[in-house]
Amino acid sequence: MHARIRSLALVALALSAVATTACKKKPVVAPAPVKVFNQDSADAAERAKRAAADKAAADKAAAEKAAAERAAAEAAARMAAAVAAAKANFAVPVYFDYDKSDIRDDQKATLEAKIPAFQANPDMRIRVAGHTDNRGSDEYNLALGTRRAAEVKRYLVARGIAEGRIDVVSFGEERPAVAQDNEEAWAKNRRDEFEIIAGANPFKLPNK
Amino acid sequence: MTLRFLRPFGVLSLCLLPAVARAQDTIPQGVRVGLTYDPSARPGVFVTAVSGLNGDSVRAMIARDLDFGDRLTIISADAGPPPTGAINYLLYAKLGAAALVQASVTPQGSLHVAVHDLAAKRVLNVGDFAFNNSAALSPAWRMVVHRASDEVERWITSTRGIAATRVIFVRDQRLWLVDSDGANLAPLGVGGIGLSPAWHPTGRYVAYAAMADDGTHIVVRDLVTGQGRRVQDIASNNFTPTFSPDGGTLVFSAGSDGTDLYAVMPFGSDEPRRVTVGRGSPTSSPTFSPDGRRIAYISGRLGHPEVYITDADGTNAELLTESSSGEQPYRANPDWSPDGRNVAFTSQEGPNLQVMMISVRDRRIRQLTGDARNEDPSWAPDGRHIVFTSTRSGAKQLWVLDTESGRTRQLTRGAGLARMAAWSPRMEQP
Repeated sequence: MHARIRSLALVALALSAVATTACKKKPVVAPAPVKVFNQDSADAAERAKRAAADKAAADKAAAEKAAAERAAAEAAARMAAAVAAAKANFAVPVYFDYDKSDIRDDQKATLEAKIPAFQANPDMRIRVAGHTDNRGSDEYNLALGTRRAAEVKRYLVARGIAEGRIDVVSFGEERPAVAQDNEEAWAKNRRDEFEIIAGANPFKLPNK
Repeated sequence: MTLRFLRPFGVLSLCLLPAVARAQDTIPQGVRVGLTYDPSARPGVFVTAVSGLNGDSVRAMIARDLDFGDRLTIISADAGPPPTGAINYLLYAKLGAAALVQASVTPQGSLHVAVHDLAAKRVLNVGDFAFNNSAALSPAWRMVVHRASDEVERWITSTRGIAATRVIFVRDQRLWLVDSDGANLAPLGVGGIGLSPAWHPTGRYVAYAAMADDGTHIVVRDLVTGQGRRVQDIASNNFTPTFSPDGGTLVFSAGSDGTDLYAVMPFGSDEPRRVTVGRGSPTSSPTFSPDGRRIAYISGRLGHPEVYITDADGTNAELLTESSSGEQPYRANPDWSPDGRNVAFTSQEGPNLQVMMISVRDRRIRQLTGDARNEDPSWAPDGRHIVFTSTRSGAKQLWVLDTESGRTRQLTRGAGLARMAAWSPRMEQP
């Protein structure tokens, strides 16, 4: 309604301006087109106004939806990151001394950190793979790798994990983490790796 | 025949090769010459030009085979044309030869070989070796020539040569084969990772450990048909197979709490029977004594690997390689010699692994290598040569060592790490 009044006022203003000019100067040859009230224009304006309002509402809803989706996605990403971090944490290798298979004191925390994942995922089965460096006999290293994997299994079983949930394999020196010949590489290659093979999809986050 | 040859040869050759005469005159009847062989005295042999198709290749192969056998000295002189008619014994004797090898490729498709005793001025032995229609220069054709070389060596020295043998080994985790002279290097054509190959005593089958993501299993493969079959093994960890000398038993290391040795019928379906009682310690690399009654193997039960010997049923296990007070004792990869007297093995010596051999009877140890890293010996069927892995030329390659003379030669070359060699038995006529 206000819009119509404003249109009428504009028309009146235009008419008075034309009259003033006519008094001061010679009449113009072609008078400026006069905008007169037009019902169609008014309707169009009204429609545009309504559309604009509808669009604003839709935009707001879309933004809210997008925000919600974004929030959900972020939450999912956070969750995925947390799961990935927990899985990565679970996969952290345990390292050994040269020609040894007993679990070093400084590696026990790494093993302890894996136990909550077993508890949160009671159907989870894993494979422990024993590896060696390449300094000794490659054949004896296959046996030594088995021993290293078995030691870790024994530790986890002693901590209450069911025996049947842990497979033991050895790759000897055949799959080095770092394919170099120096102390640093050897230390990184003397390890047990941990792989989830079943019963943890989806992987449930361990309780902190 | 051989000893009749050696005696007159010894008498005459006093002027030519006195060392030979001394060494061989003392050999009693019935004793293998090779065991008391003086490596500094290798009778001279002249291989004449070979008539017939591919005669040059045959002559080169025979000369090289006899040279690689390390029991004879090849007289290198221009062969000239193939001799016809009566042999001028004095002429060849003047070159320093004690024996003459005369060969021809016959139109009937066989290799005819005659060996002349130059001192006795007579033919020592003759033989015909059929090529069986194998294509000239093909692997089968070459094996026929190698068999002839091995017989020539037997006629002259009383010990059969080892030219007609092959070596199976691992290159970049795949199984490969190469003839004993370095020819016919080829992959076995088995997909996947194959480790620790071992020969069946017939030379027809090999066993190896096939490694996959979920574990390692023992496979026996027929080299004639190409068919492979997984043996009845234990859980996920099965390594280092070996055949008993009669071929009827396969022993391997396996387990999931450490490893033990297990025995199974290679072509049967019975359950494996445990041989050793390792109580969780690592055990690997079994090797049978040639009589099949004992097994040498590696155990880590002392906290470091050493070579042990047990009766084949697992009783009477005892330490073979008593550790000295070395700071880092480490012994591995035993291989029992075909004559039963020695076990070759790998030992940590200072910064490197070295190949050693120990006498089973008096436990005396001999170090066989000293240059770079050397390991994983496997005896040739002559009980004298070994093939082993060495880094002396850079990356790991296979080398052959004559344990009597100390002479070495490189067997494999080229890209890729070569290791885990196993020397075949003699490849008999198919």
